[in-house]
Amino acid sequence: MNRISQLFNQKKTSVLSIFFTAGYPGLHSTVDIAEALEKAGADFLEIGIPYSDPLADGPVIQNSSQKAIANGMTVKLLFEQLKDLRKRVSVPVLLMGYVNPVLQYGVERFCASCAEVGVDGVIVPDLPMYEYEEMYRTCFEKNHVSNIFLITPHTSEERIKKIDELSNGFIYLLSSSSTTGKSLSVSATTEDYFARIKNMNLQNPTMIGFGISDHTSFSKASEYANGAIVGSAFVRLLDSENYMEKIPEFVKGIKGEISVS
Amino acid sequence: MSYHVNENGYFGSFGGAYIPEMLYPNIEELKRVYSQMISDPAFTAEYTQLLRDYVGRPSPLYLAERLSQKYGASIYLKREDLNHTGAHKINNTVGQILLAERLGKKRIIAETGAGQHGVATATVCALKGLECVVYMGEVDIERQAPNVARMKMMGATVIPATSGSKTLKDATNEALRDWINNPADTHYIIGSVVGPHPYPDMVARFQSIISEETKWQLKEKTGSTEPDYVLACVGGGSNAMGMFYHFLDDANVRLIAVEAAGKGVDSGETAATTLLGKEGVLHGSRSIVMQTEDGQVVEPYSISAGLDYPGIGPQHAHLYASKRAQYVSITDDEAMEAALLLTQLEGIIPAIESAHAFAYLDKMQFKGGETVVVCLSGRGDKDLNTYMKYFGL
Ligand SMILES: Cc1ncc(COP(=O)(O)O)c(C=O)c1O
Repeated sequence: MNRISQLFNQKKTSVLSIFFTAGYPGLHSTVDIAEALEKAGADFLEIGIPYSDPLADGPVIQNSSQKAIANGMTVKLLFEQLKDLRKRVSVPVLLMGYVNPVLQYGVERFCASCAEVGVDGVIVPDLPMYEYEEMYRTCFEKNHVSNIFLITPHTSEERIKKIDELSNGFIYLLSSSSTTGKSLSVSATTEDYFARIKNMNLQNPTMIGFGISDHTSFSKASEYANGAIVGSAFVRLLDSENYMEKIPEFVKGIKGEISVS
Repeated sequence: MSYHVNENGYFGSFGGAYIPEMLYPNIEELKRVYSQMISDPAFTAEYTQLLRDYVGRPSPLYLAERLSQKYGASIYLKREDLNHTGAHKINNTVGQILLAERLGKKRIIAETGAGQHGVATATVCALKGLECVVYMGEVDIERQAPNVARMKMMGATVIPATSGSKTLKDATNEALRDWINNPADTHYIIGSVVGPHPYPDMVARFQSIISEETKWQLKEKTGSTEPDYVLACVGGGSNAMGMFYHFLDDANVRLIAVEAAGKGVDSGETAATTLLGKEGVLHGSRSIVMQTEDGQVVEPYSISAGLDYPGIGPQHAHLYASKRAQYVSITDDEAMEAALLLTQLEGIIPAIESAHAFAYLDKMQFKGGETVVVCLSGRGDKDLNTYMKYFGL
């Protein structure tokens, strides 16, 4: 059983995951930020592999990717930086990135590197289910790397069942069909959608992401799923000067352990 | 060997639909409605009628005598420049707007490089009374100013793409992001044979009218449907795919695709995709992409906005890998000289994109008497600024 399943076995509600881009704001800030997030109370982490053409991302994450690439971040360097990951971080860690850099690094090599440094799963939004099953699944499973699928309000019930069968880790519920960084607006339709998924009693845990930025949206999402994922809001924090000092307050704020204005 | 798409959306090992889940329902709906539509006689009737009465098809196949004399071969020009709006792009947008109507979509988005596809999209939106939003790189907005004005006059909103190289690649990213955020009411009219399946196949079929006409026109003029050579320029590859389509299975017809070398293939400022690219995924399909070792897409360069793209359509990647077509490249300077030559020998000012295809004639060796068809994909009105600057007119 990998770290992701262990986590969801132990903790069923209000699981908090935080996303940030590797190599941003500083080329070598990746593992420091990961460690600080764990200390501050994040339950697991998603590290973004920067890409030149991130078409599912809004301006905040686009900008962080562009800067990270300019800083010199590459897939190869990221795996080098992650060599000591498991000495410093014990929560589950996933990599999130687009398919092209993974292809260029080599899918087999990518899975092997994940296993080697202790990465538990990957989220590749532009890797379709058909291609995953035909070409990548064996390699992922051999290396015990979970592939995380996305579901949107428009994903059909039949497809959700198929995704549930193929998943081992959790399923990523998009709060709406959108790029990253929009704010969550929970309308009656969104609540219906969240409730519909909840009532399907999927075998995998679910995490809601896209538009989760504060305690209000985090706790709303946690009513319907096992937890939620914060991305752009945290990447925006990294823009400030002494961001390392602000991480504990940010995480506690999201969890509602302190109130932030 | 099949040069066409298989049931999984692949041409050989290229193609597919590498899209995030947000677009999955759209792509499925598109596949379904598109395949119903093309077997519906009512669609064929409406499409054919619009191409004839609105676009002005068939476009002439013109024997360019003075150019033929210069090169020692019979050179025919397929006059896509004479279409309404001045390029081949409208063949595709007429087809796709009829599709949008059947999809029940009220809002149309498009990306554009040279502005020809943006204009062709704004045109059919005006024709059908649909809202139109066009994404265009900031750099291209400047170098293709007349087309920006045409789009605005037709009621389209032109949104500058300000990321990356601020050209066609970035405009395409922005259009895809728009579609992700507005999946229910919006149809994305892609302007070339790129994007996720079924776009590459669909756009190729809408453009295939070019070679369909060429075959019977050539038969009328020469007695044979088969030329020795067919030439076309390649940005994403839609005019070339349309020009090649009905010749793919005619093994005697040599197909030549001309890419933009920009300032030279080794200059770092180029768009010579097959020469410098590697297999990769861009804008939803697996194809040949100019990229770094780490898989970051490289910013391309060409003097012509329509060829300034770091990939080619997956069907082209397949024609390249299977050697069915030959891929060559032409520099900015060579293209500009060829444009001037065509203008002065034939009285036709070509789009700079099309001029790349003409420039390759100069590199070919003719024995004498060969038949050559060159796709004159568009006219040069939009490029007057660039021509004025380059030639000091
Ligand atoms: C006149 C003309 N030719 C060619 C192209 C290149 O596109 P494609 O390769 O899809 O034909 C363009 C694109 O804008 C164009 O305007």
